[in-house]
Amino acid sequence: MPELPIGDAVEKFTQFLQDHLGEAFDVFANVLMQLVDVVYTVLVAPHPLLLIAVLAVLAWLAGRRVTLVVFTVLAFLLVASMQLWVQTMQTLAVVLVAAVIAVAVGVPLGVWAARSSRVSMVIRPVLDFMQTLPVFVYLIPAVFLFGIGVVPGVVATTAFAVPPAVRLTQLGIRQVDAEVVEAAVAFGSRPWQVLREVQLPLALPSIMAGINQVIMMALSMVVIAGMVGAQGLGSVVVQSVTQLDIGKGFEGGLAVVILAIYLDRLTSAAGSRDLTRRRARRRAAEPDAPAQRDRMHEEVTVPLA
Amino acid sequence: MIEARGLTKVYGMPRDGAVSALRGAGERRRNAVREAGGFLAVDDVGFSVSAGEIFVIMGLSGSGKSTVLRMLNRLVEPTMGSLLVDGADLAALPQDELRQLRNRKINMVFQHFALLPHRRVRENAAYGLKVRQAPAKQRMERADWALRRVGLEQWADSYPHELSGGMKQRVGLARALATDAEILLMDEPFSALDPLIRRDMQELLLQLQSEDRRTIVFVTHDLNEAMRIGERIMVMRDGRVAQCATANEIISAPADDYVTEFVADVDRSRVLTAGNVLRPPLVTARCGESPVEVLKRLENVEMNGIFVLDETGRVVGVATDKALAGALRDGGTTVESCLGGDYHAVPADAPIVEFCDLAGRHTVPIAVVDADRRLLGVAPRAAILAALAVPKKVRHA
Ligand SMILES: Nc1ncnc2c1ncn2[C@@H]1O[C@H](COP(=O)(O)OP(=O)(O)OP(=O)(O)O)[C@@H](O)[C@H]1O
Ligand SMILES: [Mg+2]
Repeated sequence: MPELPIGDAVEKFTQFLQDHLGEAFDVFANVLMQLVDVVYTVLVAPHPLLLIAVLAVLAWLAGRRVTLVVFTVLAFLLVASMQLWVQTMQTLAVVLVAAVIAVAVGVPLGVWAARSSRVSMVIRPVLDFMQTLPVFVYLIPAVFLFGIGVVPGVVATTAFAVPPAVRLTQLGIRQVDAEVVEAAVAFGSRPWQVLREVQLPLALPSIMAGINQVIMMALSMVVIAGMVGAQGLGSVVVQSVTQLDIGKGFEGGLAVVILAIYLDRLTSAAGSRDLTRRRARRRAAEPDAPAQRDRMHEEVTVPLA
Repeated sequence: MIEARGLTKVYGMPRDGAVSALRGAGERRRNAVREAGGFLAVDDVGFSVSAGEIFVIMGLSGSGKSTVLRMLNRLVEPTMGSLLVDGADLAALPQDELRQLRNRKINMVFQHFALLPHRRVRENAAYGLKVRQAPAKQRMERADWALRRVGLEQWADSYPHELSGGMKQRVGLARALATDAEILLMDEPFSALDPLIRRDMQELLLQLQSEDRRTIVFVTHDLNEAMRIGERIMVMRDGRVAQCATANEIISAPADDYVTEFVADVDRSRVLTAGNVLRPPLVTARCGESPVEVLKRLENVEMNGIFVLDETGRVVGVATDKALAGALRDGGTTVESCLGGDYHAVPADAPIVEFCDLAGRHTVPIAVVDADRRLLGVAPRAAILAALAVPKKVRHA
């Protein structure tokens, strides 16, 4: 069996990138660092109690459910009282920045892939590759190119979180009823009008599910990023593992879980809210006579699918 | 208004390849395209639709109806053929003008309504105006006007999913009305609705059409629907035109066995008219003739009654053999004194359904008359029954 030097090739490529594009990477790293810093500063600027209130309001706006609000308040109070507030906010800052970048990259890519089967054909194996690659593997080139610290954490996290954004955006747009798209075109819409007024709004639930997954992926990655020196809950966990500090490790883990549940419920509630609102309106409209009359005759109303 | 010539569509392969496969293949076109890896969905279809007409395209599933319809606004690009709309060559239009045309001149109504689920009914109705960037106020006024015309004004603030299927399609109609397009393309617009609602919608369409005449191209596979609303009907088979004629012509003179079979279960009594069963009367009497002569004529053909016409051919009445015999006995001198038999007269364009129950009720057959009551002929019961009967060899269909 001949030996294929794939590992060598990747190493050489990474080296090549650093040699020739080192400066560009430095600039990029700087920008990322600044971004994370800004977000972090905003998060820790107010008193923790005030921020908890803000998080609770967001929870209310997203889902209008009291349980989520109560959970938010209690859970984050717990985080603060475990003395993990600062680390949690550091982690949140990284997650937010990574998620925003992943969405900003992933959604347009998904739109593009949905519109061209050729693009989709190219992108699909790349996404498969990115998703199945063990997460640690992302860290090595990231550290090599960006050094130790928060930046490789953000980069690795972003790379890890892009695939679901692309996938679910593409899926959502492909699933939009072809006849509705056709109708928009038949009334003279331009391609971008069709995208903006029909495809994106109708794909929104799917895109929101993608964003939700992006955030979850980012969060799972960010702990691992603690290993490369990113400050936050990751490093808390990593430290307690090396020191065999069971208690501290558990507290760090608990904070991650709380953050995860909060972000998950927030984004999934926002995604399904449209639906519940419409259902409520439908119930309100039911008693009207003409609809009833018409409906009685109509055994099948064909769904728009 | 619409002039289509040689429209051809090949799916599944690039246009150049399709054209070269078609060229010179003659009658073997279909196979030639298949061997080249494509599918010939529409094959050399030509027709013309005049302004204000409802033109129906009919055919079995997969016969290419939707493809033909979609070539009329270039949602599907024709592989070959020419298409003139109001004298303008559609194929030559640049994208920008094509969009203008779709927005202002040719609108479309879809089988499954194709409404935007996240927009209110009013916004849906205003969609075409939104695309042309009309001011919001004008847009909404126009949408409300269109919704009023389809009887949905009180639903303007609802969302489509709150509406039943029939109401959704009314919104679909309103969306097309609001833009004031002259041409309406409708792809099986009522086939997702159940029969009662479908009838309502057909009536609504005919009523709207009588208020302002648009040019409508209407695809359906429901024969009775086609017969009901279509002025002319194009029957398609495997991408080709099997026959293109009026409903009446298609039923009374089907072009081939396929069409015959296709129209086998249509309600013939609503399509065929008195004109289709018109026969010259065997005998008639003139005013002034004597009862003796007339009675003799009647005996020859063994009939019990006879139409009496004046000198211009107008029907003045029916003389029965009994009355004639009575007149003979009493010494009557002209046939006019023997009138009094019952009869029924219809114009030539009256559908058979309107008078077939009266056939055989009187001593004379049903009279077919023109506007001045001049006798054109008679509609004997046997002729009516023969016309309504489905030709025997396609009975099984
Ligand atoms: N985009 C497409 N690509 C390939 N083949 C197609 C495409 N659209 C339609 N066809 C094929 O072309 C033929 C004609 O299709 P079309 O939709 O015009 O038929 P139709 O008469 O409207 O049928 P239906 O009553 O089912 O709507 C069908 O055999 C169909 O499978
Ligand atoms: Mg069709």
